[in-house]
Amino acid sequence: MTQKPISTGSEWTFALIQEYDQVISEIAQEFRLDTYPNQIEIISSEQMMDAYSSIGMPVGYHHWSYGKQFLQTQQNYNRGFMGLAYEIVINSNPCIAYLMEENTMPMQALVIAHACYGHNSFFKNNYLFKTWTDASAIIDYLVFARNYVTQCEERYGVKEVERILDSCHALQNYGVDRYKRPSPISAAQEHARQEEREEYMQQQVNLLWRTIPVPEDRSEVKQERRFPAEPQENLLYFIEKNAPLLEPWQRELVRIVRKLAQYFYPQRQTQVMNEGWASFWHYTLMNELYNRGYITEGFMMEFLSSHSAVVYQPPYDSKYYSGINPYTLGFNIYRDIRRMCEHPTDEDREWFPDIAGKDWLDTLHFAMENFKDESFIQQFLSPQVMRDMHLFAVYDDEAESEYEISAIHDEPGYRRLRSLLAEQYNLSSREPNIQVVNVDLRGDRALTLRHVRHNNIPLNNEVDDVLKHLHRLWGFDVHLYSYDGDTMQQSYHMPPKDNPQETSLDESLKYV
Amino acid sequence: MINTYVIDRRLNGKNKSAVNRRRFLERYRKHIKKAVNEAVNKRSITDMEHGESISIPSEDIREPSFGSGRGGRRTIVNPGNKEFTTGDRVRKPQGGGGQGQGSGDASNSGEGMDDFTFNITQDEFLEFLFEDLELPNLVRKDLKEMSDFVYRRAGFSSQGVPNRINIVRSLRNAHARRIALSGKSRKRVKELQALIDEEMAKDEVLRNGQNLADWEEELTRLQAKIKRLPFIDDFDLRYNRSEKVPIPSNAAVMFCLMDVSGSMTQSTKDIAKRFFLLLYMFLRRNYEKIEVVFIRHHTSAKEVDEEEFFYSRETGGTIVSSALRMMHDVVKDRYPPSAWNIYAAQASDGDNWNDDSPQCRELLSKAIMPLVQYYSYIEITPRDHQALWHAYEEVQANHPDSFAMEQIIDASDIYPVFRQLFQRKSA
Repeated sequence: MTQKPISTGSEWTFALIQEYDQVISEIAQEFRLDTYPNQIEIISSEQMMDAYSSIGMPVGYHHWSYGKQFLQTQQNYNRGFMGLAYEIVINSNPCIAYLMEENTMPMQALVIAHACYGHNSFFKNNYLFKTWTDASAIIDYLVFARNYVTQCEERYGVKEVERILDSCHALQNYGVDRYKRPSPISAAQEHARQEEREEYMQQQVNLLWRTIPVPEDRSEVKQERRFPAEPQENLLYFIEKNAPLLEPWQRELVRIVRKLAQYFYPQRQTQVMNEGWASFWHYTLMNELYNRGYITEGFMMEFLSSHSAVVYQPPYDSKYYSGINPYTLGFNIYRDIRRMCEHPTDEDREWFPDIAGKDWLDTLHFAMENFKDESFIQQFLSPQVMRDMHLFAVYDDEAESEYEISAIHDEPGYRRLRSLLAEQYNLSSREPNIQVVNVDLRGDRALTLRHVRHNNIPLNNEVDDVLKHLHRLWGFDVHLYSYDGDTMQQSYHMPPKDNPQETSLDESLKYV
Repeated sequence: MINTYVIDRRLNGKNKSAVNRRRFLERYRKHIKKAVNEAVNKRSITDMEHGESISIPSEDIREPSFGSGRGGRRTIVNPGNKEFTTGDRVRKPQGGGGQGQGSGDASNSGEGMDDFTFNITQDEFLEFLFEDLELPNLVRKDLKEMSDFVYRRAGFSSQGVPNRINIVRSLRNAHARRIALSGKSRKRVKELQALIDEEMAKDEVLRNGQNLADWEEELTRLQAKIKRLPFIDDFDLRYNRSEKVPIPSNAAVMFCLMDVSGSMTQSTKDIAKRFFLLLYMFLRRNYEKIEVVFIRHHTSAKEVDEEEFFYSRETGGTIVSSALRMMHDVVKDRYPPSAWNIYAAQASDGDNWNDDSPQCRELLSKAIMPLVQYYSYIEITPRDHQALWHAYEEVQANHPDSFAMEQIIDASDIYPVFRQLFQRKSA
């Protein structure tokens, strides 16, 4: 039977978008893509710039840094340095996807397949997203956050609010509990709980900092106890709960920044998987459309040219090279999984006995649902993909004058290369490991942080500025010690110390 | 099942970021002002009508965060291997310290030291340009133009519109009226009640049935009558009254006096014109109702319109006092100082007819300074000052608050001098 193509021209209309969506949706269901309902919003390029600068969030509180982002986007776009992304998609229920009005029909169809079925099903089914985000509550929460910030601005002044937000933003990558699962709640509950919390928390803090003398015998015991009992990695949470001088509303602002950081946390951990998944499905779905005669050859040509631009990986020595393209890597891995299932070779049987020759859809869904970038690469990066991408690892030691090629895409190198690449996507090794180790409860209330160096990689030169922000939130002295193994390499102090090797230093580190 | 909704959002506002943008400009006010100050000196007279591109060192707008710095040991996986095999060693690029290997750790710190550049609109440009400037000594004079009014509370009236009803007063009136109108009846009701009670207290056989019936009947009639009194009536209503009170306007006039004599070269004239243009734009933007009088002079002064002031090319000798005299006449004629704030800005190259400078001094000190709020004089000359400047110095010594003089040497002085003359003084 011959299917008449849905459209032939490059102009899009609302009716056509719906028709394409209908067909894509049917095929997606055959592939068992389980999605939230879609809300496709057509916007102009100016609106796209707005969306860009608010990290894609449809509502956000006001802050100058978003204005900066906007000006930057606008400038780059107007000068033609940069095209706008074809789409932005939001992890919410319904899943909101922005389509630009300037795009042609094939582009819109590509974006629908990519965002509304690829990303959407990823948001709904990947374990990290399931654990960390609540798609149905995020929009509510954003509205709550925006209103709360506005209220604070009216009550305490824009400047004051901005100061706190600036400081929180500086620490926002340290506002995540990596091990504790958050409980999702809606904005209405959030609001009800917020007032309760304000009072309660202030009480708690006051308790901690109480200066009324404690009976002698009990204070003996207390002196033994350190605070915090365990090192804390969630700096914002620690500040929210324990900073001595913050007002209740300031604590709430800290909380808002922390909550939003938490919402974005899974996205930072699944870039390769998420983009790869979406690219794999737009590719598969569009080919399916073509095979079934829904789209013409011209349509397909336009699609393929965009697709290959998206998954293009410049080699390391190209002037366009800026690291591994997550779209390419993810796309290649997913496609290779399918290949291994459908046409396994001996090598695949040896390397992936669980995958080779199995049902490809089952395997693919399993791979998407249960991993993050790091473990995904460790599990599924095959020798085939390493060969195709000509991957090689370069070892760079500060002390040496030469780089060493530590592994390449050959038999002895595969496993090492795979581990190294996986490690590269390990968020906790990408971001410096900094934890709160001590608060001098009985002395000057100083906060001590410890940085554990990964491979002796030092902190960047923004540390002092970040510490200023931390100092603002904490209200008392802040010390940061950077360790490589057991040896202290560097120390930072806010306010700065004239003499970095003070005697008190050893004392405060006794516990560490 | 429909699982997809398509929404056209194009009609929604596109300025969602306007507030954030505003906040950004606010935060980097100092930088922007500096850029604006630099830009204004580079522009030609007619070129104030567009925005400006502003650059801020990206160092200043960085949002810091913890990240990994250079150094230590790291391994980065790259694509596109062509020639390497395991164990190869490659020299590091000199001085670069390993930049060439891409950003495997995905830090944002490698963005480079480029300036952050963006555009502001013309409106914003002018706002920054004229920020913190004002006409000095501006005072409210008498009720010249009755254009500004405020509404003040002025008691109550019995007429008005419903939304201005004063409820308390109205109900109080209604209550009083009800008491007044029903007074007699209620008194009688009380009497009757007492009579009836008294009668009822008697033994049954002793009661006067006729009287009792009459009283009962009268009581019901009176009670009905009291009840018929309206709860509220038209003439109970009271309205809050307000009155229009004219407020003194701060009417002001600016006299622009420009020397166009032959000694003024093309470039000095150009500078003078730019100065006045700046002044004119400032007045137009910040003081809606200000009037401007343009006077140009060589040996004789002439009042001209804006067009002629900026573009005509008449020349001749120089008698500065002619312009001062003319200004004085115009003030006497049209702008009584009791009703007007009077300002003057004069630009000249300092050349004057020899005998004229003392005259100027006399005129200023005796006739003009008592009339004006503020008089500013700019001398556009790279050379030494002549008689006119020294004559003016004496004037300034006598009127330090309301007389200012500055020298402009070249075009880049225009804006700084302008700012100096009209700087807002903290009270």
